[in-house]
Formats: sequence, C-alpha cells, structure tokens
Amino acid sequence: MSGPLLEVENLSVAYGSTPAVRGVSFEVARGEAYGLVGESGSGKSTLAMALVRYLATGGHVTGGAIRFDGKDLLALDAAALREFRGRRAAVVYQNPAAALDPSMRVGDQVAEAFSAHSRLSTKEARRKALEALQQVKLPDPRSVYDRYPHQLSGGMQQRVVIATALAGGPDLLILDEPTTGLDATVEAAILRLLADLRRDLGVTVVLISHNLAVVASVCDRVGVLYAGRLVEQGRVGDVFAAPAHPYTRGLLASLPGEHSRKGTRPLHAIPGTALSAAVHLPGCAFAPRCEFVRAECTAAEPPLLSVRAARSSRCYFADEVLATPIRHSPDHLEGTAQYPAAGGTQLLTLSDAQKTFNVSGGRVHAVDGVTLEVPSGVTVGLVGESGSGKSTLARIIAGLEPLDSGTLEWRGQPLERSVERRPREVLRELQMVFQDPDSTLNPRHSVGKLLERSIRQLTGLDARARRSRAADLLAAVDMDARYLGARPSELSGGQRQRVAIARAFAGSPALVLCDEPTSALDASVQATILNLLARLQSEQGSAYLFISHDIDVVRYLADIVGVMYRGRLMQLGSAAPVFDGGPRHPYTQVLLSGSALEGEAEQTGGCPFQASCPRKLGAICETQVPPWRETSDGGGILCHIPLEELT
Amino acid sequence: MPDSLVADRPAQLQTDSGLDIQSVAERFGSTGLVPLLQGVRRSPTALVGVLLLLAWAVCAIAWPLLAPYDPNQFHTAARLQPPSAQFWFGTDQFGRDVFSRVLAGSRDILIVAPLATLVGIGCGTCLGLVAGFYRGVSSEAVLRIMDAVMAFPIVTLSLLVVAMLGPSVVNVILVIGLVFTPRVARVVYASTLSVRDLNYIAAARLRGESSTYILFGEILPTITAPIIVEATVRVGYAVFASATLSFLGLGIPPPAADWGLQIADARTFLQSAPWTVLFPALAIASLVVGVNLVSDGLQGTRTRSS
Repeated sequence: MSGPLLEVENLSVAYGSTPAVRGVSFEVARGEAYGLVGESGSGKSTLAMALVRYLATGGHVTGGAIRFDGKDLLALDAAALREFRGRRAAVVYQNPAAALDPSMRVGDQVAEAFSAHSRLSTKEARRKALEALQQVKLPDPRSVYDRYPHQLSGGMQQRVVIATALAGGPDLLILDEPTTGLDATVEAAILRLLADLRRDLGVTVVLISHNLAVVASVCDRVGVLYAGRLVEQGRVGDVFAAPAHPYTRGLLASLPGEHSRKGTRPLHAIPGTALSAAVHLPGCAFAPRCEFVRAECTAAEPPLLSVRAARSSRCYFADEVLATPIRHSPDHLEGTAQYPAAGGTQLLTLSDAQKTFNVSGGRVHAVDGVTLEVPSGVTVGLVGESGSGKSTLARIIAGLEPLDSGTLEWRGQPLERSVERRPREVLRELQMVFQDPDSTLNPRHSVGKLLERSIRQLTGLDARARRSRAADLLAAVDMDARYLGARPSELSGGQRQRVAIARAFAGSPALVLCDEPTSALDASVQATILNLLARLQSEQGSAYLFISHDIDVVRYLADIVGVMYRGRLMQLGSAAPVFDGGPRHPYTQVLLSGSALEGEAEQTGGCPFQASCPRKLGAICETQVPPWRETSDGGGILCHIPLEELT
Repeated sequence: MPDSLVADRPAQLQTDSGLDIQSVAERFGSTGLVPLLQGVRRSPTALVGVLLLLAWAVCAIAWPLLAPYDPNQFHTAARLQPPSAQFWFGTDQFGRDVFSRVLAGSRDILIVAPLATLVGIGCGTCLGLVAGFYRGVSSEAVLRIMDAVMAFPIVTLSLLVVAMLGPSVVNVILVIGLVFTPRVARVVYASTLSVRDLNYIAAARLRGESSTYILFGEILPTITAPIIVEATVRVGYAVFASATLSFLGLGIPPPAADWGLQIADARTFLQSAPWTVLFPALAIASLVVGVNLVSDGLQGTRTRSS
C-alpha cells in the first residue's frame, strides 16, 4: 500500500476547556523515523497519547483528524481500538520501571504480551519472548528472563519494555522520552538499538523528546513543537544545521557544547519563559521572545509556510532566520569577564574520603578514597553518571552526610563533619544549591520570607536591612522585587532555582556546592541559569563545586574537572587539557565521545571501570587498583595505562 | 541579542502576569488549608455535615433560649410521657423534658470533644514530629511506647485512667486526649518522614537553624493538611468516647444533661419508653455523622490534590 502510514491533520487537543495541542499537522511515511521536539508544556506528550487515543482523563480531541494507514483513528470503536493498539501501534514510555510489573518475572511479562496478541501455547509464548529479549540485545537473555524488574538496570528495563512493545509486531512504534533519566552512555546504547531495530524490522518510529541530540541520532525528519503548535518541520540534518524558525534557533543556541565557555562565550539563552498552549495570542506564539519580531508578527499568527524543499516554518521571516547564522560568541563580551586564576588559596581540602551505605545485600562504597581541593574563586566541575557518588560527595562536604573516614579542611583548619557543629562563619561561606526545584523551597513560605530567614541566619542583619538585602538578592538573580510575596508554587522551575541560588548567596559565600542545579530544567532555562551562575561568580568571586551528569555543562562552567565513576575519582585536572587534547582517562574519553557503554560489572578488587573499559589491559585491571598518575597541572589519572599513552 | 547575560533579564518581567492568574488557593501550596476548605464547599455531603455541626453549635451556645423547660426541672405529674405537643421528645422517669435535656447536653459534648481532640493532636503532633525527625533509638522507643498504648482498646484504657483519677470534665478531656495521642503521632510521624529528607530541610540545616525551628517552622507548616484531616476524624471519635465514658458512669457526673448519661439512666425504660433513649442516641449519631461528613470532604480534597 502506498501513502503515509500516519497522517495527522490539523489536530487540536484540550484538557477540559484548556487547549494543549493547537492545529498540528504532519505525516509519517512507512519505515520513517519522525521526531517531535519540544520543551515541557509544548504538548508533545499529549500529542503522543492522542496518536493512540489514550489521553488522560479530561483530555479530548477538539478538532482535526488522525489517519493510520488511511483509516480514521478517531472513528474506531472500542474493539477496533484494542486491536489497533499493540498490533498496529505500540508506545514506550519514559519511566521503564513504571511500565513493568514489579511482581512478575520480566520474561513472563514479554510472553504475556505475545499471548495477548495471538493465541499461543505457553511454551510457544516463552520461546517468542526469549527471542524478543535476544532481539533487544540483552546480554544473557535466558538469565534475564527469570529476573524481576528491580534486578535490572534502567537501561535493561527499557530494553524489556521495547521487547514488550514489539511483541504485537506493530507497524508504528511511538517512543515518549525513551532515554530521559538514563545515563548518557546507556542512552547511547538504547539509541543504537533503536537504529538497529528500524533497520531489521522496518518499523516506523515516532520519537518524542526534549533532547535535540537524541532526535538527531535516530530520526529522519523532525517537527518542533512550541506552545502546542508545530513551528518548524524538516529533515533532521537541515533543521539542526540551519533552523528556519527563531525558536528552533534559540533552542540550538542555548545548548552548551564545544563552542561555549562561561565569561568569554556565554550561552545564547532565549529571553522570557515558554508560553503555555492554553494562552491565546493574536499573533505568533513566539513573538514575545523572538529577536526577529516585527509588527506583522503580533498582528496575525503565521501559518506553517513552506521554505525550501521539504521544509516548513511557522514564521513570516523564515528566510531571514535561515540566513542568519547562530552566533555562539557575542563578541563584545570577549575578554571583559575576568576569572580569578586557579591556584589561589585553598578553600576546601578533602583527603581520602570514604563513605559506605548499607543496602540490602551488602555495603556499597558510595565514595571511595576521594581526594579533592577547591581553590577560591574557581569552579571545580565534577562529572559522573548515576551511582558515581558525586552527589554523596557534595552532601559530605556540606555536612549533611557524615564522612566515614578521611579528613575535611576549610581554609586549612579541620572542618566538623556535621553541619550542626560547624561555626556560623563557615555556614555563611559554604552554601549549596540543590537539584530538584520542586523540593528546594518550602512550599509554605513566601520568597521574601525564605530569603530573609537565610539572611538573618547567615549575616545577622536587622529587619530593615534584611528586607532590602532580600530585594537585592532577588535582583541579582534577575527577578523582579514583586516576587518577594510569591509562594514557590507560583514560580516556574527556573525561577525556583533562581530563588535557591539567591538564598545560597545570602551571606556572600566563598564556596557554593551546586548539585545538578539545571538537570531538571529545559534546555533554554538551563542556559539562563548557567549564565547567571557564571555572572555571579565573576561579580562575587565565589568558588563552585559544580556537579553534573552532563559533560557539556561541566565543560561550560568548570576551571578544574573531576570525573567520578563508582565512588572513585578517575581523573582530576585543569579543564583546558582535559577537554582539548590532554591525557584522558578511558572513561573520560567515553563520556566526551558520547559513546555507548554497557557493562553490569560487580565491584572487584581492581579498577572499578575495568568491565566496561574499551582499553582494558588484562588481568592487572581486574586485580589491582590502578595507580594515581599525577599530571603536570597537579591533577591526575587513576589508570594502569601510562599518561603518555592516554593523550 | 547582543548579550545573553542581559538577555535573561526580561525573562522575568514577562512572566509577571503569572502572579495575577494564580488563584488564592495556590498561594497556600497544594497542602494548604484553603484548597481543603474549597473541597468541602464543592462537596454536597460535606455541606450537610457543616450544617449539622452548625446546628449543634447554635444549640450548645443558645440552648437556654431554645429549650422550652429547665432541663433539670421535674414534672412529677408527667413521668415517662411519650412525645406530644407539650413535650416534643417526651419525658423521662423523673418527668424531665427530654427535648430540653438533649439541647442542653450538646454544650458539654461540644466542649469536651474538641478540647480532647486538641490535647491529642497537640501531644501527638509533638511526639510524631520528634520521632520522625530524629531517627534512632529514642525515636524507636517513642514509637514502641505509642504502639503499646494503642494496643489497649480506647474504652479499657479510659476506664483505667478515669477509675484512678476520678470522673470530671477535665479528666475526661485528658483521658481522651491521651488515648488519641499515639494515633495522631503515627500520622504525623509518617508525614514528617516524607518531608524530612527534602532539600528545603537540608537548606535549613545549612543555614544553621535549630532543630526546634526546623520542626515547627519548616516541617509543621507543610504537614498541616494531614493533621487537620486527622483532627476532624478524631473529633468524631471523641464524641463517641465521651458519650461512652458518661454511659459507663466515668464521664461527667449526674445530674448533668449529658447524652451518654441520659442513655445510661433511661436504658431500663428502653422497652416501655424508647424515646428516652432514642433522642439522646440520635443526637450523638447526628453529631458524629456531621463530623465524619466534613472529614470525608476534607480527605477527598487531599486525595484529589495528591
């Protein structure tokens, strides 16, 4: 049969009377991979659910049509819809742990999916399930078959979910943020699997993600969603090379990468906050934030205009946007921001820190012999994947988690392990910004009260001075003083992080521990927060210990970089050589190249990374802890391979 | 955009309208009191509960104006009279007007039940907060003692204590409060555990707040909603407990027009003059039902919002 497999025509979806998707049209050809990109609130997940007629309570299609293989999906009755789901189209959701039944062996869950779609004997279903587990490239499928979901890692769980989705032999696979929450190396492996499955099975893919890189690596074409509208569509390579809509352009420019650097080459953030799909503007939805905006833009909303071949953009000035290259480095900032050079006084010294946690089935070394120094005025970036112990390290330094053994020093003096016993002066100088913007502020206190309380505790100013200082702090994080009366529930995620940063700066700290402060935020919001942190540092000279799973974010901010893996510091050194051709630990190399990593190694006596290491030497890596090879800049690398060969 | 550091300033100004859109309810956060009350307003059954409670509150305050007779006045010529135009709810074995006594009895119970609940909520909240915040041996000890107290049936425990202290209004309040304490502590303990490891508590520790401030300034305000719901449930139980104690002669001493006491006094005439028992019993039932309807309304809001 010819014609596209999936046709979405002018589709609108609303929850109650609140629009979530507004007039979206696109087609997906047989065997094609189509990506939908958007930030939170863009309507991308609603769209995914609408495609299989599985909207949440209150959600309903208010207009338009969805045709699958030429048939009107919106006209299907319950029986036909059941047949359609699973057999013709299957969905893989973001959180694989929630998609699997915790009380059932994963193999049986896959077998159940097979017998649900066709009458099979138990034995036959088992055989097919085993094949399916093999197909999603799970190591040792036989042993995985008999395991329970909690015994599998997130990446393995997602493979099982994909196997289940493929059981009905669907023509269309819809993936809603399939790799969000997974480590970068695991994400790369899942994406490679998706590419293989497409090639082998010829399945059509609709991939929904906030992550441009994920879409770029899997999809042929991409649609960009903003405020419930499709604002740009085209081939992935074309769109990402030269966006035709100002929003796409802004999104791409706000990502940290090789081209960006705090101070000299700040991130190009999109001004303003994302418009909700519920809000109706007479003109273009992006006009309030657009740098190309003209009078026409606010008068009437532009239609999806065709630009060049197979490209369309909801912008009157698409040609102009296309012709303007993304400027990564606003030139007038060049050289204006001075960063205090590394090698000033040592603020914090951590020596041979050890921390173990009791977990079911034994003890886990969360932090294993980490030695680290933070000089004043610089950013030490710590990068590592989940379970690497980087957040535990921050909590140890903050005094929130007691150290098992090792020493902590603050300005050369021994530092109490528990925050409750630290003198006020140290509390003032050592503050922290947390990851989750939802729990970082007490929901019952207003922004003004939050800030004034911190000022009172850390500086002891009187009530009048506290009030004016709170307003100053808010201004320093680019927020209007009117937010002093606001509650956290009235703020966006980015605004909450701003308030949290303002709170940390209440007493002009010398060191701020930043534990993944932007990982829960959208890319364009992340850019503004990273720029804010860079600016505050250049103004106030505070040092940061910046923790992130995202090596690009660390590259943007850090002067000194540490790489952690399973509780150990694998590499430490000045940022420049680590990122630009200096010696690198094999694991650092893997992180920087964005390559896939699959290894479920037990902790052994040797190198923690040996099971997954692409440059493993042999038995020595399994039995002996590698030596700490010092580099010329005072850092080092934990590896058996000599430094010269790591360059 | 010449300078992205400047560029993110208008970001904040443009969202200013967000403040105006927010409803008053959201100012108090998802766990606040206002959404709870809004939920009650939207639920018709909860509204019935509120009306029942209001009616009894009016009786408790204004019964001297509403009651046709003095509740302790003996109409010797009219003992055990069935309900009539003269005595709406009939009379008891001493010829006292049951209607007047039911109205008068509302005052004691509406004083005892809320106060007893207050005692239980106060003690239970403090214990639950402390046990939830400090993990360790002392918190385990508190919890195990609470479990031990909870193992006694309410009536047995109350009997024990009142028998020792002697019956009086104050003792009834204290006893019921004591019985409620471990149950409230459990609820507060669970709520405390759910917030104690959140980042805003860590932030408070990092700025050197005292434990007292963290308990009452940071944790308590965020768990008020479950405490309020627990309190309304407890008021219902308190009405029952107080009536039960009076019935057993361990509550408010006679000749007070207490509902439990009335039932106890009149139960020998249950067959010949059922109205002497029926109307005080209905009074207890309607008050408990009213409290529970309100409580259900509050709980419904909580589950919907979470």
